[in-house]
Amino acid sequence: MWPAFQGLSITAEPFCLSSRVKLMVIGILAIQGDFAAHGAMLTSLGLKQAEAGSAPGGEGDFWVLVRHARQLRELDGLILPGGESTAMLRLMDDEFFNELREFGRQKPCFGTCAGAILMATKVTHPEQRSLGLLQAAIVRNAYGRQIDSSIRNTALRLPGSAAGESALETVFIRAPQFRQLGDAVEVLARDGELPVLIRQGHLLAATFHPELTSDARVHRLFLDLVRERAGKGLSGTANSDHT
Amino acid sequence: MEKTSLRLKTGLAEMLKGGVIMDVTDAEQARIAEKAGAVAVMALERVPSDIRKEGGVARMASIRKIREIMETVSIPVMAKCRIGHFVEARILEALSVDYIDESEVLTPADEQHHVDKHAFSVPFVCGARNLGEALRRIAEGAAMIRTKGEAGTGDVVHAVRHIRDIHREMRELTILGEDELYTRAKELAAPYELVRMVARDGRLPVPNFSAGGIATPADAALVMQLGAEAVFVGSGIFKSEDPAARAAAIVKAATHFRDPKVLLEVCEDLGEPMRGVNAAALPLEAQLQTRGW
Repeated sequence: MWPAFQGLSITAEPFCLSSRVKLMVIGILAIQGDFAAHGAMLTSLGLKQAEAGSAPGGEGDFWVLVRHARQLRELDGLILPGGESTAMLRLMDDEFFNELREFGRQKPCFGTCAGAILMATKVTHPEQRSLGLLQAAIVRNAYGRQIDSSIRNTALRLPGSAAGESALETVFIRAPQFRQLGDAVEVLARDGELPVLIRQGHLLAATFHPELTSDARVHRLFLDLVRERAGKGLSGTANSDHT
Repeated sequence: MEKTSLRLKTGLAEMLKGGVIMDVTDAEQARIAEKAGAVAVMALERVPSDIRKEGGVARMASIRKIREIMETVSIPVMAKCRIGHFVEARILEALSVDYIDESEVLTPADEQHHVDKHAFSVPFVCGARNLGEALRRIAEGAAMIRTKGEAGTGDVVHAVRHIRDIHREMRELTILGEDELYTRAKELAAPYELVRMVARDGRLPVPNFSAGGIATPADAALVMQLGAEAVFVGSGIFKSEDPAARAAAIVKAATHFRDPKVLLEVCEDLGEPMRGVNAAALPLEAQLQTRGW
């Protein structure tokens, strides 16, 4: 029915959702980049999209696009997508930047490519500011230009997974490279000698784009980190492969 | 290891989503664009409004100029080749530009054929006015589609028409029966397999951006609300009174395209936009969008 005509005929009251259990809300930084691809990945893992600005109601886990600092408060974890890190920085005012850093110090974050650049401590080629969350330096466009982009197969050893796990398809697009990893950093996947997927406590970062493949293992790992951190225990079907 | 797959080519376009790609004619403009938050720059000899004004044959930009821009910024650099000019495209590929725009803004080099874009490692973007044209370009290997609009006018009306047409034609496909898609493919003059893919997914198999006449933050937000996933701004920035401020405002509008409060904020104190020309007053032979087959 046209909204303008609502009230002219009797419709059922919307189902009351407020009393239902809300498990987890994952934010996806959506100021620029491939945030929609991350959203599609989370949807494929059974999360539902919540509208920005309205508290998600209902059962299950949600994801929401984040464009303002004030939205961070509602989140259990945040994905920083691929894109152009220079543009993302330009679109963040100091308040957003500082609140994002504060969020990352406490809550799980997962950065892919540009997202990993934002999370690093030192950025070069060229230098630019960053959140300083990861004990890692990062070199932008370290492989070269788009013509040097590639899709590879990378051996992967996720925590809790069985040996001999199948290789991960890794999509590198004008990708950066990690350097000078700190002691707290654990390397989860290497391409040759180069670390491409790292974890530091509640933080996860990849120089490639798992969101551009149909392999959900890295995203699943992040959801496990969020659940662990939120102290809500492992539940649901999303992590059944890892139990 | 894959180096040339379409997925890798569309991958870069995925990274540009929600962003603004700006036309620049020298390193200084490229620096301003990057500082303002552009996700990529398009290196060219003359912006479309000057091409329109000055006439003559418009070709691939000078290599020295493109190289200078590539050395100046850390964001992706695109460059234009003429429609069908596969040698200009090979030269741009050898130069390692990040994307090639096979563009109607330049004078076409072939009156029947476009570049076979599958044969290249570098990704291509192509303009389209409707779904058939978009799917023909994708069939040839384009990894990104943009509306043509009417470049160099600063009049957004044709970009709006093209994005509305493409989206309407896609929606129409989704309600056709399987047996009706064959004839529709014939009418669209597009490959059946791609028509079927759009009928199933309700969207193009590659990212769908908008270009051609976007001159203000409100224009950018308009085409984004109509379904564009990112915008190209040509003459609109460096033909305006305060390019740096306008560039930053359009970047912000592309992110917050559904947020009137932010849009109001970015529209304040922008200086004069490019003067522009009324696209409806252009005779057919002066339109750039009719180039391409």
